Amino acid sequence: MLKIEKLHARAGDAEILKGLDLEVRPGEVHAVMGPNGSGKSTLANVLAGRPSVEVTAGKVLFEGRDLTELEPEERAREGIFLAFQYPVEIPGVSNLYFLKAALNSRRKHLGQEELDAMDFLTLAKEKAKLVEMDEALLNRAVNEGFSGGEKKRNEVLQMTVLEPKLAILDETDSGLDIDALRVVARGVNALRAPDRAMLVITHYQRLLDYIVPDVVHVLAGGRIVRSGGKELAQELEEKGYGWLTEDAA
Amino acid sequence: MAESHSPESLAEREYEYGFTTDVEQETLPPGLDESTVRFISAQKDEPEWLLEWRLKALRRFLELEERETEPTWAMVHYPKIDYQAISYWAAPKQQLVESLDDVDPELLSTYEKLGIPLEEQKRLAGVAVDAVFDSVSVGTTFKAELEKQGILFCSFSDAVQRWPDLIRQYLGSVVPYSDNFFACLNSAVFSDGSFAYIPKGVRCPMELSTYFRINAANTGQFERTLLVADEGAYVSYLEGCTAPMRDENQLHAAVVELVALDDAEIKYSTVQNWYPGDKDGKGGIYNFVTKRGACRGKRSKISWTQVETGSAITWKYPSCILQGDDSVGEFYSVALTANHQQADTGTKMIHLGKNTKSTILSKGISAGFGQNTYRGLVRVQPKAEGARNYSQCDSLLLGDRCGAHTFPYLEVKNSSATVEHEATTSKIGEDQLFYCRQRGISEEDAVSMIVNGFCKEVLRELPMEFAVEAQKLLGVSLEGAVG
Amino acid sequence: MSAAWLQELRREAAARFEELGYPTTRLEDWRYTNVGALAKTDWVSGEGRHDDVTPADLEHLTFPVFACSLFVFVNGHFAGDLSSPRALAGGVEVTTLSDALRDDPEGLRGRLGGLADSKRRAFAAQNLACFEDGAVVRIPAGVEIEQPIHLVFLSKPGAAPTDSHPRVLVVAESGSRATLIEDYVTFGEGEFFTNAVTEIFLEPNADLEHVRFQRESARGYHVSSLHVRQERDSRLAAHSISLGATLARNDVEATLVGEGAHADLYGLFLGTGRRLVDNHTTLDHAVPHTTSQELYKGILGGRSRGIFHGRVIVRPDAQKTDARQSSKNLLLSSGAEIDTKPQLEIHADDVKCSHGSTIGQLDEDALFYLRSRGIEEEQARALLTRAFASEVTDAIRSDVLRQRVQDQLLEILESE
Repeated sequence: MLKIEKLHARAGDAEILKGLDLEVRPGEVHAVMGPNGSGKSTLANVLAGRPSVEVTAGKVLFEGRDLTELEPEERAREGIFLAFQYPVEIPGVSNLYFLKAALNSRRKHLGQEELDAMDFLTLAKEKAKLVEMDEALLNRAVNEGFSGGEKKRNEVLQMTVLEPKLAILDETDSGLDIDALRVVARGVNALRAPDRAMLVITHYQRLLDYIVPDVVHVLAGGRIVRSGGKELAQELEEKGYGWLTEDAA
Repeated sequence: MAESHSPESLAEREYEYGFTTDVEQETLPPGLDESTVRFISAQKDEPEWLLEWRLKALRRFLELEERETEPTWAMVHYPKIDYQAISYWAAPKQQLVESLDDVDPELLSTYEKLGIPLEEQKRLAGVAVDAVFDSVSVGTTFKAELEKQGILFCSFSDAVQRWPDLIRQYLGSVVPYSDNFFACLNSAVFSDGSFAYIPKGVRCPMELSTYFRINAANTGQFERTLLVADEGAYVSYLEGCTAPMRDENQLHAAVVELVALDDAEIKYSTVQNWYPGDKDGKGGIYNFVTKRGACRGKRSKISWTQVETGSAITWKYPSCILQGDDSVGEFYSVALTANHQQADTGTKMIHLGKNTKSTILSKGISAGFGQNTYRGLVRVQPKAEGARNYSQCDSLLLGDRCGAHTFPYLEVKNSSATVEHEATTSKIGEDQLFYCRQRGISEEDAVSMIVNGFCKEVLRELPMEFAVEAQKLLGVSLEGAVG
Repeated sequence: MSAAWLQELRREAAARFEELGYPTTRLEDWRYTNVGALAKTDWVSGEGRHDDVTPADLEHLTFPVFACSLFVFVNGHFAGDLSSPRALAGGVEVTTLSDALRDDPEGLRGRLGGLADSKRRAFAAQNLACFEDGAVVRIPAGVEIEQPIHLVFLSKPGAAPTDSHPRVLVVAESGSRATLIEDYVTFGEGEFFTNAVTEIFLEPNADLEHVRFQRESARGYHVSSLHVRQERDSRLAAHSISLGATLARNDVEATLVGEGAHADLYGLFLGTGRRLVDNHTTLDHAVPHTTSQELYKGILGGRSRGIFHGRVIVRPDAQKTDARQSSKNLLLSSGAEIDTKPQLEIHADDVKCSHGSTIGQLDEDALFYLRSRGIEEEQARALLTRAFASEVTDAIRSDVLRQRVQDQLLEILESE
């Protein structure tokens, strides 16, 4: 589904990704771990097409298509979803309205009928229950005045509504207490499906107790320095990153 | 690699109403002196007192012009206007007709293109329209229906003929002919406009509206509107404006006077979309307007709502004189400046009576090279016990070459007053745009979504049909602006 | 005082003042403040004689002297015998303007008159043309001093209306940290006019607290202006405490020309009787990444009139500016008036700017609560008013000064 070859990318003047390779097949959940500054968020931003991140070399193929050719919104409509590390506040724009516009843009792209306000509301309420989100938040402006945990739940809510093919979770666990983490993980797990892949970016092994990955990658110095099964995460928790990043340097 | 879009690239915009109408026109040659005023007055067969009033205004204007006292305090810049180079009269040849269906089909189709069908079968339900084309009114819908309830609604010229006493009583009573430079000019040469009178205790059953259209080249438009709501009356009034695309700047200097007596309420909404000039700042309307409402009666209320997206320069401050005890004044405004547009707009709330209340909500949006200024005055006079005001003005910036300025004057001479003012300035961030795009929403839709969210509190003050129109207009005004 | 450049400067200023004349209410910056009475008076230049002023008088007028540095000026002339110019820590120099101009005129060139725009400002021009003396303060690089430098400007009116034009120049070199107090008081009866100008240069990473504490007598006109130029990472805290004079006009102007510079402007002004207090501030963000915070509070009783005009300018390219301004005002009596005009002029887009103004009364519920606990109404009002002011006074670093400001405020409030 996703194939990354020898990817180099930079943000501003700094080259962050330096020859990264990664392949994700449908149905798989991959975890990407690594120390701060290793390029985890840059990887997420490259996939979503953040304008400030520039791909300088290498290939990113999504279902065989060159992803770098596409605008961010085109990627989203193709089924790429990024749960932001720092969800953005949009004052004055209601959460429901925003999400409906997003869903209908995807449905339109897929040749499906757009949902009307009533049908959408029913859907949104049902999904809100799944992530234990207060319905009142649906009518508030997007992320405005939300607590850290509410923002992250809102990201997962959007993901469950939009049903992407490839979901990228960028440190969705950071700043969450254990209860919130469980709720978020349940939302994510409910989305696991044979035709859907996930890329879970995290700094902590803790999340992987709840979202069990098929493959764990360690990112350091802009490259994947090691891949393995879920036990690799455990090992990292015990030993830290030092023993791996030294190799990379 | 995705092409980088940024709010900085917001620049151009399309103007949808830039066509011209080919009708036979009568135009006065450029120039301004007594004969100009006498000609206009004679065209309208005006009574002597009105001619005298105009002439007084003219003398005052010429005096002010000679002393070079054209206002310069606003944050707008334009080359000096030659008031002798403007034509003060342009009218379609065919004058007022009995039935709207007899109006020149060219004119009817003009209004239809603008979305304001005037013919019997196509009229908008629930909205009575007075259509003003350059200097004259071409017709008013639903006139007879309204008159059955005692509601007078017609063109200003018509009203001078039919109800001269009412006009004489109220004309200039809120905005005197000598009020300011542009009001003087208007008082001397005003050509037409709308008049409405809502009698005691009557709630006007439909929206009254005037649609202003500038068509002729090199002419100014100087309309005058007067609305009077008698005791306990209610009226909602709408005003819309467009003009063709022309390379020269054109002057529009209107005066609007509102009078609300005891327990009366007037809601006045404007969607101003005069031609803003092209993307290089060439052409466009100079919109120098004096609008003022007098809450004369106890518990009366005047509410101004404006969406200002057009004009090269906007200079207007719809105001409320809160004279009656417990009277209420409101001002809700969205002003958008893109390309090289400049707007200096706001309000004055003058608290004279006891327990008077006012609310000001202003949203300024600047894009491209646009300059947007909020200028407002809240004055609480010594006798205005218990006066309250709340003002909020927010600015939104799109791009790094535009400007947003805020000048709120608060003058309080009564210690029991409570006055609060808040202002913020922010921008549409790259982060917000990327977040929306990552959810599949195009950049244009995202901008328009964020802008509409920013203006929401003002737009909801508009009557429903107008709100939809205004939202579209904001979208269109920023369209082509992206990418 | 004979450097040619200075003579030229002063001659130009005199000519400019002649040309401008005293400002009128037709000027936007003076629309609420009429200086007609001041303009009509024939002022006689104040003398520096002070045989009748004892150190005890002085202590009574100001406050217990700080451990080191006190510099007293009488009608703008340095009064050495009343001062205690002990050696200052770390080589901090405080000299009189006349000494500095005699010993090292070139050192002042470009600095003196370099910030207060005497082309545009009539009173600054007048000061430049007429100043008798003043203080020059230099805080050497890297020096931090705890004890404030205390300048006292004593107005001592004579039989005829008396004017003085004190002038202060401060250079805070890089990495220095200090507090400077300008204290304006009156000795004796009679009409007088103080026209003070202060210019401050903050070099990179300097940190300066400046307090102007003005409590001149009711027959005084006080016009002052403070001009600050802030280089990279410098920090300014400027307090304007305006409690006296029949007409007081205070201008504060900070220009942030280096990235990372931060300015805090605090103001507290009190109107009693028929006084007029006018505050004009300008925060000019000229480069990216500068921040400012401003809080002005007005307390107006009797038939007094207060004015706050706060201007914030964000120049093109001054991205990432963060400027917050707040003006809060209490009207204590039915004859009092307040005019506020915050003004944001923003020419860059990536900025955070906000301002707020409130005008209101003492909280009746709080008043009732205090009274129900047995506190006299007058005292309760004074307490609540002082509490209102505390948000500003709390920001003063020196305990002694803070206490003195609060006490004096309470004293005035209770005596009204």
